[in-house]
Formats: sequence, structure tokens, C-alpha cells
Amino acid sequence: MTEPTRTTCPYCGVGCGVLARPDGTIQGDKAHPANFGRLCSKGAALGATIGPEGRLLYPQIAGARASWSEALGLVAKGFKDAIQTHGPDSVAFYVSGQLLTEDYYLANKLMKGFIGSANIDTNSRLCMASSVAGHKRAFGSDTVPGQYEDFELADTIVLVGSNLAWCHPVLFQRLAAAKAKRPGMRVVTVDPRRTATTQIADLHLGIRPDGDTALFNALLAEIARRGLIDQDFVAAHVEGLETSVASARSTPKSDGLTEQDRNAFIDLWCRSERVVTLYSQGVNQSAYGTDKVNAILNCHLASGRIGRPGMGPFSMTGQPNAMGGREVGGLANMLACHLDIENETHRQAVQDFWNAPVICQKPGLKAVDLFDACGKGQIQALWIMSTNPAVSMPDADGVAAAIRSVPFTVVSDIVDETDTARLADVLLPATAWGEKSGTVTNSERRISRQRPFLPAPGEARPDWKIIADVATQMGWGADFCYASEAEVFREYAAMTRLSRDFGRDLDLTGLSGLSDAEYDALAPVVWPVPETGHQGPRFFADGGFYHANRKAKMLPVEAPAHRRSEQGLILLNTGRVRDHWHTMTRTGRAAQLNAHLAEPYLEIHPEDAARIGLLPASLARIESPQGTAILRVMISTRIAPGQAFAPMHWTAETSSAGRVNTLVAPLTDKVSGQPASKSQPVRVTAFGAAWYGFAASTEQMTPERPYAAVARSDTGWRAEIAGCKTPHDWVGEARAVLRIDTGTASLSLDSARGTARVAIAHKERLLGLFFAATEPVAVARAHVIALIGTETPADVALAGVPGMDRPDPGAIVCACKSVGINTIKAAIRDGAASVDALGGCTGAGTGCGACRPELEALIARTMPPALAAE
Amino acid sequence: MTQKLVVIGAGMASGRVLEHLFDAAPNDFDVTLFNAERRGNYNRIMLSPVLAGDKTYDEIVTHNGAWYEKHQVTCRFGERVRAIDLGRKEVSAADGTAVPYDKLLIATGSNPFMVPLPGADLEGVLAYRDLEDTERMMALRTGQKAVVIGGGLLGLEAAAGMATRGVDVTVVHLMGHLMERQLDGAAGYLLRKALVEKGIAVRCSAHSKEILGKDGKVTALRLEDGTTLPCDLLVMAVGIRPNVALAEEAGLAVGRGLQVDDRMVTSNADVLAVGECTEHHGALFGLVAPLYDQAKVAAKTLLGEKAAFVQQRVSAKLKVTGCDLFSAGDFAEGEGREDIVFRDPGRGVYRRLVLENDRVIGTVMYGDTAGANWFFELIQSGEDISAMRSTLIFGPDYQGGDTLDPMGAVAALPPDAEICGCNGLSEGEIVPTISARGHGTPLRMAVGPAL
Repeated sequence: MTEPTRTTCPYCGVGCGVLARPDGTIQGDKAHPANFGRLCSKGAALGATIGPEGRLLYPQIAGARASWSEALGLVAKGFKDAIQTHGPDSVAFYVSGQLLTEDYYLANKLMKGFIGSANIDTNSRLCMASSVAGHKRAFGSDTVPGQYEDFELADTIVLVGSNLAWCHPVLFQRLAAAKAKRPGMRVVTVDPRRTATTQIADLHLGIRPDGDTALFNALLAEIARRGLIDQDFVAAHVEGLETSVASARSTPKSDGLTEQDRNAFIDLWCRSERVVTLYSQGVNQSAYGTDKVNAILNCHLASGRIGRPGMGPFSMTGQPNAMGGREVGGLANMLACHLDIENETHRQAVQDFWNAPVICQKPGLKAVDLFDACGKGQIQALWIMSTNPAVSMPDADGVAAAIRSVPFTVVSDIVDETDTARLADVLLPATAWGEKSGTVTNSERRISRQRPFLPAPGEARPDWKIIADVATQMGWGADFCYASEAEVFREYAAMTRLSRDFGRDLDLTGLSGLSDAEYDALAPVVWPVPETGHQGPRFFADGGFYHANRKAKMLPVEAPAHRRSEQGLILLNTGRVRDHWHTMTRTGRAAQLNAHLAEPYLEIHPEDAARIGLLPASLARIESPQGTAILRVMISTRIAPGQAFAPMHWTAETSSAGRVNTLVAPLTDKVSGQPASKSQPVRVTAFGAAWYGFAASTEQMTPERPYAAVARSDTGWRAEIAGCKTPHDWVGEARAVLRIDTGTASLSLDSARGTARVAIAHKERLLGLFFAATEPVAVARAHVIALIGTETPADVALAGVPGMDRPDPGAIVCACKSVGINTIKAAIRDGAASVDALGGCTGAGTGCGACRPELEALIARTMPPALAAE
Repeated sequence: MTQKLVVIGAGMASGRVLEHLFDAAPNDFDVTLFNAERRGNYNRIMLSPVLAGDKTYDEIVTHNGAWYEKHQVTCRFGERVRAIDLGRKEVSAADGTAVPYDKLLIATGSNPFMVPLPGADLEGVLAYRDLEDTERMMALRTGQKAVVIGGGLLGLEAAAGMATRGVDVTVVHLMGHLMERQLDGAAGYLLRKALVEKGIAVRCSAHSKEILGKDGKVTALRLEDGTTLPCDLLVMAVGIRPNVALAEEAGLAVGRGLQVDDRMVTSNADVLAVGECTEHHGALFGLVAPLYDQAKVAAKTLLGEKAAFVQQRVSAKLKVTGCDLFSAGDFAEGEGREDIVFRDPGRGVYRRLVLENDRVIGTVMYGDTAGANWFFELIQSGEDISAMRSTLIFGPDYQGGDTLDPMGAVAALPPDAEICGCNGLSEGEIVPTISARGHGTPLRMAVGPAL
């Protein structure tokens, strides 16, 4: 077998090293310092996502195939015409934390230095803009001071607004391993809901949404009261202590916690010099996100617990290259190399370095404002790269309408059907992970190579090349003439000289002289990488902040007034699930990743469910002034009364009414412009379905019923459906859902109960199975899916459960090893009393380990009480 | 003390009575057995396999000479009983001899009903009743033609048996679909299709007008619509009538059949009756299962034990290779009745369950009768099936497993999910948790159908 290619996972901000082969074999890279060989379920399933189906292979103009030269010509003309007629601010790019640094760099260069506008924003705005803003306010730069190994070195880890177990599973595994090795280590989770991550917590703080500032202000006040202020550090390196502490002392205790829990947390934090406060979207995706970040940073600055091993604040990013994007200025309010758009000297330096005809003069439109401007007719030409804002933006329906209203829209992406691609005038095919080459920066500032191991399909081109081609067509060929991504990288690395010379944090000058071969061979490296000398991997242990006076700023931050939501409304929280990524354009292709959660759902407290009249597994209609969604009801005490949670992955491609961002108001943080995606008041009612259905087909189904969620399965496709009108012709309905018009249909019908089951077979081979009932359909889904393609008789298949002699593995818990919940519970009942013992007898949890918290929970619940107590 | 028992008729019902008697009290009865046929008891319902060539006559004999000898039965085979004298407690045989009895068991069976068509007395027109009839059909040669009037169980078995022998058979049936007493229209359609595929012509809703003949021998059946169906043999299988002439003449109470009480005793305390000749609470009998029940009761009554015959729902199977068919109970549509139907046209499988008050009261199965016994048991036991209703029609293999999960798709969330039924908690585990939180009912279905 050929040597595998060493590359980097394209999903979350952990940035794991991956060994990949063209046949789709994927392994963790033991040599990569982010993961040391570990992979999560998503990473492990990468091989299943690289197939050719659904790929955008050729440029398209108005839905018809076009040549690259036609398409590039049209794009260049569209943008030039707009700029000529309406000025540079009449055009915009909306890009992605999925782009590689080289892509990102050129997109910024084109917009800010050549078009002359800063209207380039990114989906990272939805992810960590508040962290960027908080960092800049406190440190004078967007600097993540710590390293992953700090999680292993800390005595106390506080996870704020982070479901690390599902969203950054490999880091969670590192944390869990460290805790297992050093049981004295303490983990605190701060989250309005209990999650898989809570499983590891010694203390869980079920905080009120946006109660973080109140909590950390209480902590700061106590730090001061206990005399834990690091006086020397503060005197030398920090300003704003007194006002911040004063503000903290006067903050009402509006975090929603009990005195006891709050004090336990504060006491633990105060007693642990080695303390890491890791925070993620629960902090960032808020109208008060930047203040929340600064409330956290204040505590670390005041106590001097920053920049040393095992301590510090840590912003965990959601995307593989959010950090790289930030570094090259991939936000509307930044310049490349962490330079400031508002700073004339910085602007001049950037323009000079690029030898650019112009330079943007002011910050551009941030994501929400950008699409708002689109809707108001202020944007004449829009280019969306590698992201799906018609799904992922707040007010997603409004955003889709706004995009549709833009006179000229370009989308470059790897797949041909996305909710956003449907709105484009021109589609440009980009190369995907596995085909493209470049660098990414993970959450600990580690630059890793993404290397290709597959040929580009059709006429797809790397994003950086597409951008350079358009720039060339627009007349800037000499400035966008790159032979390779290595050349782009060298230019960018050389440009960090500006940052260094201005005394900023970002310095990659040590990489600016890499030969093509050295670039290809580049090992993962944490910046700064200066030309000469070596600096440790952490920042700020000895001060050296980046405000003009080299000091950090503590900011007095006020806790937002506790909003009582309108009577009867539910506060909707949104987030990720374990096995999916963003809008599922890639994870949705991997059957094993759809097995864990195959449909969108609403997690809601039993009290609310009872009040509203929601039954488990029924459907709920969720409404806000922006939009409506219909989701499966999941009743759970993990969520607090008055709140609900829904995953944000489902699109119009995969669901009929599962786009939860249509509900979210475009309310943003005033400082960072980041939308508040996690606290939308919504009205929840029972959705009156006349019938519920489950379908498995060899054919690709489409989400067309009032409720429908479609996912890939091992044997084709699976769908959850519901309708408002009982069909007269069940076989016809089944054929329409299954998208099978051949073969023979068998029907089992209980008209009085409204139960119908249909099997379609061709020459005895099962093509489709359809189950409908007036209640949520109770069938063994994994079993049913496995029957598709077999020669099982229709009545055996339509039973929907395995016969007595064949046990039903149940819903899949361990995606890597495909182990079902019934198998696991049986093993627990047979005496497997630990996660490792379960792994030994079932294999569960021995792949990526992402399901281990779920396994622990199952052991706790399944074991007889006497045993569990032992 | 040995009692004199006279039995009239050596059929399956009386044969079973004798078996029970000899098992329980080998020396208590001195038995005289009259039979109009020149042979003892054979399994009449196995005549169809004999006709089809799957079995020989010897294989279906249930009691041979040795058996009667062993039990010292006085066999008077080929002899008709001429009269019964209830007062003198004796029967007189055709030869004039009289045989006294302490107890008399009448098991004269039934006579096939012969449609009184013109030409019904022609040579070559027969019923399907005994070995002689069977032998007549077996004597037909390949390519010869036969018409069967009557598309019920017996007629179809006759038709299929002859078709197996290469005879060109047409079934003429008065009703709209075959076996209308056992099958609904859908199953009847599938059955007809299967028979046609075997080369049997089937005419439903067909009214016979007359039987044509030449030289005293049958040549064809003419239908009311004018169609003429040439044939070398014409079999009538349109039903049976209890054979009660002898009993009636003796003065026993006779309605449609010879009336018996729950102990199988006739209107005369020393005379019992079993089999197709009987009428019990207004019902007549044509299938073997209730006759065996009667036999058991009659034997006990003769032995002086208490026993009562209870009519059970009956089931029927068609003994035609390739037409797997089962029917039991009541499957007429009606107020308060619901049905569950399964159809697999590809494999020619049809299954229907008729429910009333969450109980199975009837079933029709065609094409695949696996599970038939289980459905029949459910009909007989009257068990409440509501908990297994969603998978009931798929048979016993799919009942009683783990609780199914309606939350399947969202099942694997990491719960401390006490509430979420998705993880198959039992109701007992769930309800206390919920009621502890003060709200119960809407959440109970979290456990899903309790399969």
C-alpha cells in the first residue's frame, strides 16, 4: 500500500493530524501534537465523505454548464461593473473558516487592497468574533495565549459555554485522559444545559443564559476580596483593575445559580493557580459575547494566571481555520497580519506591501449587516465562498431573500446543491478537502498543512486559484500571479514582517523563505515563528501586551439585565451534535454519521412539554417573528424549564422544516457584530401531524412532506416524515416518498388504526420500506435500514423488528464501531461495568471515543442500583 | 359389567369414539360396528392426497382388520342398518338380523348434496365422498375432461387432484369468488389465479342449467349463459346434508340434523350421536376438528363421566399443493369490526385478520400460512392483542421483544435521559421519575408500544 498522506482534519478548531489514503482509509496521525493519533467520529468517517456524488464539477452560469473562461469573465465583469457604477463598497465577499489560509489571504488582498473595500466577512463572524473583539480590547491584539497541553497541566478546567465532548471531541478525550491519570484534577462546566460534556464535570453550573458576566464578575470580586490579585503582574502589565473590580462588586448575582454552587466554583477557581477557563460558542454567540469574554479575561489578568503552563483563558474556535482567517485579516474589521483597519499607518503599510492601487479606508460590513445591505439593494455583486449562509445565518429566510435580491451573486463551493448555491447566478467549482493544498491554524495557533491525496474532480480549482483568476480577469494579473499555494504562503509569511515591525504578536517571518519542498514538508508549528531567535509557545506570562503602552486592559463589564421572556415563550438555544458538521454538506454523506442523530430535534423540559402538550417523539412547531421550524420533540431534564435546544445542521436539502436559523433574530453583539444564536425567544406548539412515517430506500429521497428529514444510510437513504392529511393511497404515498416507481409493492394496512407499511421489491430485492402510523413510528430503524437491498420477504421486513432469534442492536451510539444501544445495554446487564469493559466486549468507544460520555451515562443508568453503588 | 354398544357408521367420528373407549376401558364394551361401505374407518379427509397421487389408500386407513380384532369389535361392513327400535333397544340389519344394544351410537355422517339438474342421473355424474368416487376420478386419463360443480374446499381438491393427473378440469362456481365461506374476495382472487396457473379453468358466478349426455353417459355441462363445457366426468361438490333418515324413522328428534345435547345424547337417553349427522345448538358440522371434540365427549358420556361439547371456531386448510391457504373464525365485515391486511402480490401472499374489541375473531391467509396456528390460537383464546397490534399480522416471531423506541432517530442522546423513552426504559422505571416531578400522563407513551 502507498504511504498515506499526512494532512489535517477539515472540521473543528482542534485541527487534528490525519493520515489519509486515496481509497478513503483514514487514521489519526500519531505524530501530530493536536491529537497524537486520536480522531473523533467525524474525522474517522472522512473517507466516506470524499466520493464524487453531488460534487460541483464545472462552472455554471444561470444553471447551465459554462467554461471557466466564460464564468471568470462574467464574474470579473459583474464585479467591475458594480464597482465602476456604484463604487467599491457596492460589492462584497462572504467567505468561510473552512477556507485555507492561502485562499483567505488572497480573498482579503483582492477585496481590501485592489477593490478597495473591506466588505469581506466570514462565517467566523458567527463563531468567534466576540472572542476576537474581547482579545483585542484586553490584549490589544487577537491573541490566544495558551496551548492545548495546558488542559492537561491544569488543576482546574472551567468549560464555559462549551460542549467539548461533542464539538471538540479529541480535546475532550485528552482532557478525560488527563483527569483519569490525575484524578485530583477538577472540571467545572458552565452551561444552561447539561450535555455529554457535563458527564466529566465535578461541578456543573446550570447557568441562566447570558449569566456568564455576572458569574465571572462575582469571581473577580472574590479574587479581590481574598487578596488573590497578582499585584506585581497587575502593576507592571495591567490597567483598569480598580474600575473593573468596582464594577464586578456592584454586579447583581443574576447568574441564576444557587449561592452554594457559585461559591463552590469561585472557591475552586481561587484555590487553583493552574486554572484554564476554556470558552466557546456559549460565550461568543450572544448579544453580550464580547463583555462575557472580557469578564473571563479580567479574572485571569487580575490573578496573573495567564501565559504560564496549565493556566489562562482559552478561546476554542469552531472551525478548522477560523484562526488562519483571523491572521490574514479575514474579517471586515481587520487587516492582514493582525493589523488594524482604523490605523492609517497600518493601512499604508499593507497597501505598500501589496503594491496595491488602493486600500480600504474603513471597516466593512459585518455578516449580519452585510446581508442586511444585500436586502436593501446596497450590494450589487456578492461572492460567497465555501459556506452556506442561507442556512447558517440568523434570520436564514431573510438572508436567503436578501441574497436572491442581489443583482449578481457568485457561489464557489464543492457541491452543486446547497440552499445557497440555488441562489447563485454563477457557480464556480472548488476543490475539496483531500484535493486542495495549503495551511490551516488551529485553536492553539498551530499551523498545519492540508495536503492533497486525491485528484481534483472535473474542472474544480483550488479557491486561491479561483480568486487569483478572477483578480487577473479584473486586470490585476501581475499582482495575483502565483505559481502555487506555496508562493501565496511565502508572501503572507513575509507580510507578517509588518506585524512584527509594528510590535504585534503575529510573526511568521521564519517561514517566509520556505522552498516549495520545505512548504510541502512543513511540520505542524505553533506561531510565532520569527526569523531569528525563538519565543515560547505562550503569550503574556511576562506581560508584553499589544496596546500602545504594552499593557493589558481590564474592562469594567456589566451583566446584562435579566430579561424575563414573554409569558409562555421558550428561549431557544442552538448548537452542534456529535456527528455532524455545519450544514452537513460533507458529514451528511457518511452513513455512519447519520446513524447517531438522523433528524433535527427540539430538546425541551418535561414541564414545558406537559404545559404545551408535547409528547415524546411527536413534532413541535417552533415560531419566532423571523420564521418557523418543525422539529422532533425530545423531552429531557438536561434542558432547563423555559429553555429548549435545537441543532443547527439541517438544511432545506436534508429537511423540510429543520432550518433553525430561520428562527433566530439578526441581533448582534454591539462590539463584535456576532449574532446571538443561542437565546431566541420562540413560541412552541404541538404540530398536529395526521401521520408519522419512517422510510428507507435505495433511492435518494427528498424532504417534501410537511415534516421530513432525509439522511444517507448504509444501504441508501433514510427519512423521517410526517403529514397533515392521511393519504388515501398508501402505496402511492410510499412510492412518492421512497422515489421508487418500479418493482412490486406489498402493503400491510390497519385502516382503523391508520397504520400502513409498504415494501417495494424488484425481483425479490428490497428497494424500499415505508412505515406510517398515527403515532411516531416504532420500528427498529437500524434493522430496517439493513434490510434494504436484501432479498428479505416483504412481511418479514415490514415487521420492522428483527425476529425473536435476531437481537435488535438498537439506535447507534458508537458511530465508529456501529454499536447499538441495545447491544450496549445487554453487555452492561451482563456485567460490563466500565467503559473499557464495554469496549472489550462490544467494541463500543474504542474508535474515536466521542461516545464515551454516552457510554458512561448508559452504564450509570442501566446497571442495577446495587452494582452501580459499588 | 360389559355393555353392548352398537355403532352405526365407521367414519372418522365414531372411529375416534372407539379409540377413546378402548383406551379408557378396554373391556367395558362389546361393540358391534355397522358400516354401509365395505370397509372400516379410513381418514376421509386424506382422499384428496390419494386422488392427487401423494398417498395410497393403505396409507390413509386408520383402523385395519387387526385393530378391530384386537378390540373384539364385531364388524358388519357392507351392511346397512334397516331400522332402530328404541323401545326394544335393538337395531335390525338389512339381512333381517336384530342386534340388541345397551347403548347406541349413531354416526351415519352426511350425504353429498346433488344439484337436481336435468341429467344429474347420467352415468359419469358423481359426488366426491368416498373411495369409490375417488377411484372414478383416478381412472380418468390424461387429456380427458372433467367438470367440477362447486368451488369450495372439496370441489377444488377434486379439481386439483384430477388436474395433477393431466385431466382437463373446469370448476364451475355459483358465487362470485371461490371458497366464499372460508375466503374473502381478495384471497379468492389469488386462489383462482393460482389454480388457473395450474391449468384449471375456473368460472365463477356461473349458473349450471343442465347436464348433457349421450347413451346414458355424461358428455357436457351447459350453463345458463349457453356455454357448453364438454366433459367425461362431472363431479358435484356443492355441499353435504346430514344423513338422518334412519334416526328420523326411529323417532329421534331431528332438525336439520340429528339433534344432540352437550353430552352428545339424542332425544333418547341410550342413543348418542357424533359426526356430520348431528345438529348441536342449531349448528351442523363439516370439518373434522369439532367432530373429534364430539368424539371425546361421547366417549366420556358412554363411560359415565361428565363432559360437555363446546363449539370452537373452526379453521380450514386447502390441501392443494402450491395453494397454501388457511382460514379460521369469522371474517365477515361488520359494525365494530376492524381488519389488518397484508398483501404481497409479488409472492402471492395475502393475509387478513379481523378484529373486534381488540381480539382476533377471524383470519384468512393465502400463499404463506406460517403462523396460522398462532392466529388460530389467538382466535380461540380471545386474547387482547392491542399491545401487539402494530406487528400482529407479521406473526409470532415478532412479538414480545424489547420495547421499541419511537424516538429511534433521536435515540442515542446521552441521557441521564430518565424521561426520554428513547432508551427503552420500562414503564415502571419511568413513571415514578415523572410523577416525582409532578406531571404524569402525557409522558407515559415515552415507553412506546409495549411490545
